[in-house]
Order: sequence, then structure tokens, then C-alpha cells
Amino acid sequence: MYDGGKIIAGLIIGIGLLLAPFFYNAGTAAKGPDPQLTPKAKEAKQCVTTTSYMRSSHFSLLDEWRNTAVRENERYFRSPTGKIYYKSLQVTCMDCHSNKTKFCDQCHNYMSVAPFCWDCHIVPEEKK
Amino acid sequence: MGVDRREFLKIAGYAALFGLGGKAAIDILAPGQLEAAMEGVPLTEATRWSMVIRMRNCLEKVEKDGCKECISACHRVHNVPDWGNPKHEIKWIWKEAYQNSFPNHPNEFIDEGINDKPFILLCNHCLNPPCVRVCPTKATFKRPDGIVAMDMHRCIGCRFCMAGCPYGSRSFNWGSPRKAPKELNPDFPTNRDFPERSKGVVEKCNFCVELVAKGQLPVCVETCDKIKVHALNFGDLDDPESNVRRLLRKHYSVRRKPALGTEPNIFYII
Repeated sequence: MYDGGKIIAGLIIGIGLLLAPFFYNAGTAAKGPDPQLTPKAKEAKQCVTTTSYMRSSHFSLLDEWRNTAVRENERYFRSPTGKIYYKSLQVTCMDCHSNKTKFCDQCHNYMSVAPFCWDCHIVPEEKK
Repeated sequence: MGVDRREFLKIAGYAALFGLGGKAAIDILAPGQLEAAMEGVPLTEATRWSMVIRMRNCLEKVEKDGCKECISACHRVHNVPDWGNPKHEIKWIWKEAYQNSFPNHPNEFIDEGINDKPFILLCNHCLNPPCVRVCPTKATFKRPDGIVAMDMHRCIGCRFCMAGCPYGSRSFNWGSPRKAPKELNPDFPTNRDFPERSKGVVEKCNFCVELVAKGQLPVCVETCDKIKVHALNFGDLDDPESNVRRLLRKHYSVRRKPALGTEPNIFYII
């Protein structure tokens, strides 16, 4: 191999540069999302449906709500427990979850999703 | 020991009484709510919502004190901003001179006063709406109760509907309402229970679908009734005994540009 020493040195430097970010960030793993419940949400114990469903598929529920409420004018939702809810992100969801930055944004930022709900829907005012 | 016949009948009787009482109690405490939830249908039922505007009542009040209560109430409830620029104006309900509102009623010898009188205009919620036909995403649609509604989630801002509407009832959001001048909209958003719109969508009067679904009147009508002018009348055109049909039977009325065949559902008694 001609110029073996240079090539190997170059390779080591190159791979080192490539891996530098991993070494640089080693041990400082990004914090996992930690959504907080407001006292009101805690008191309610259960959301409009089971917690596990809300955690995994709240967007499907919201999508269905907006379609049925806006397009089919079905504005009430009956939860599995039999309670009746008015289908509204802004009025019903954000009434309990009035802490958007500590509840919604926690996971959305972590997962790098940017739902455009808030382009039109008004975020509740949060006390610092 | 089992239950004898007499005991069984007593238990059955009490159970039936309790069952009836339970349902009745719910009906008294929250009338209509149970049914609404079970059916998942609107609380009010109509097949052709419409409005009859008695312009004499309106103009009388306007001449007295320049009333524009219905307009400000509508804009407050629906978070409609004031841009201070007529080119960016968002129109849900607005005023326009008679001669511009009814260009197909030319009459050289018409009462000279009337040409410049401000008429109340809003979306006509046409029976045959051209805006619905041209919308490529079905963001605008005709509901079974006659209201031409908009699904803002689907609007892509192509503005075909604005070209299609012969009444100028649709407005384009050139900017987010949140960016509207603060000095003209000091406490915007004025209704935190109603969404705003985003930049790049078209909007218009929605005949207060969110209130009608709760069995309430549109906010312009309610406001007009509150100041005892009763110029705006909201009702079902398909019900022969409704308030609007009674008014239309009693008075001669006109609609805007009827020759276009859009069948507007807003009637003017002049």
C-alpha cells in the first residue's frame, strides 16, 4: 500500500470527526417528555376516554371530532363511562389541559411534530 | 326459600317505578341533553334556514343613531379583526348602499333617498350556491339544514369561491388575524371560545352554526332583538308557519340578484 500511514491517519481523523457529535453528546441524553396534568385534569381522573387510548391516539380522536362536529353537526361525544362532552378542542380539551406548554408541547417538541391546531385555535392563557 | 308470587310482583312494581323516575329526573334536570347525546344530532331541526330583513326597522334606527350593533356583535363573537384597510376587510355582515346591493333593480325614478341607504348584507346561504360547486376541496359545503358552511381545516385558499360568489360575501385572510393592528383591535381575540382563522383561508358568515346547534339564534338576530328593532328575523323557510314565512306572506320582499338562479335565502322587506 502506497502512503499507508497517511491513509490510515486520514481515516482515523475522518472517522473521528464523523463520530465527534456522539462523543460530544455522550451521557447528556435529551430529557424524555414529561407532560404535566393541571389540578383540574388530575381531579377528573379520566379523560374523555381511556388514558392509554388518549396517549396513543388522541390525534385520531381529535380528527374525528373536528370532522363530525364541523361537517356532520354532531357536537356531543358520549364517553365509554357515559359522560357527555361537547366536542371542542378549544372549549373542552383546553378547559382541563389549560397548560399547553407543560402538557401538549412536551411531547410534540420531543417528537418534533408541529400540529397546526394553534394557527386558528386560541391557546388558554397560562400563569407563569 | 324462593320468592313467592306476591313478593315478586312487589319487587317488579318498585323496579318499574324507580326506572321511570330515573329517566324523568334526567329530563327535568337537563332537558334535551340526554336525547341530543344519544342521537348525536343537532338540537334544532330545520331544512332551510333563512333570514328576513325588515329594512324599514333597520334604517329607522340607523338614521336615529347610526346603529351597527349586529355588525359589532358578530365580529366580537367570531373574532373578526378590523384591518383598517378596505382591501383587507373581512366581511361577515356589513353595510352597502342600496344601488350597489341591488344593481338589477334599476329605476330612474326611484325614491331619490333610497339609492344611498345602507343595506345590511351577509352571506345569502343560497339554495344553489356557486361557491360550493367550485370549491375543489369541499371546504365549503351545503348542510342539510340549508346553511352554507365552511370547514376551515380544508380550505387551501384558492379563492375560487370568491370568484364564484356573486354577492361578495367571501373574504380572504391576507394575514393572520393575530397580526391585525393592535390599536384597532385592542382586546383581540374577543371570544376565547371561538377559533380564529389562519393566514391564507377564505371566510364568511356561518349563520352561527355553533349557536344554532345549541338551539340559539344567530348573534346578529339576537342583538337586533335585544335593542328592540327586530329587523333581522331568522327561521325555517320550509315550515309554512314559521316567523319568516309569515313575514313573507304579509309583505312584498326582494332578494339580491335573483336572476342568477342561486336562490338566496336572505330576503329584504323594503
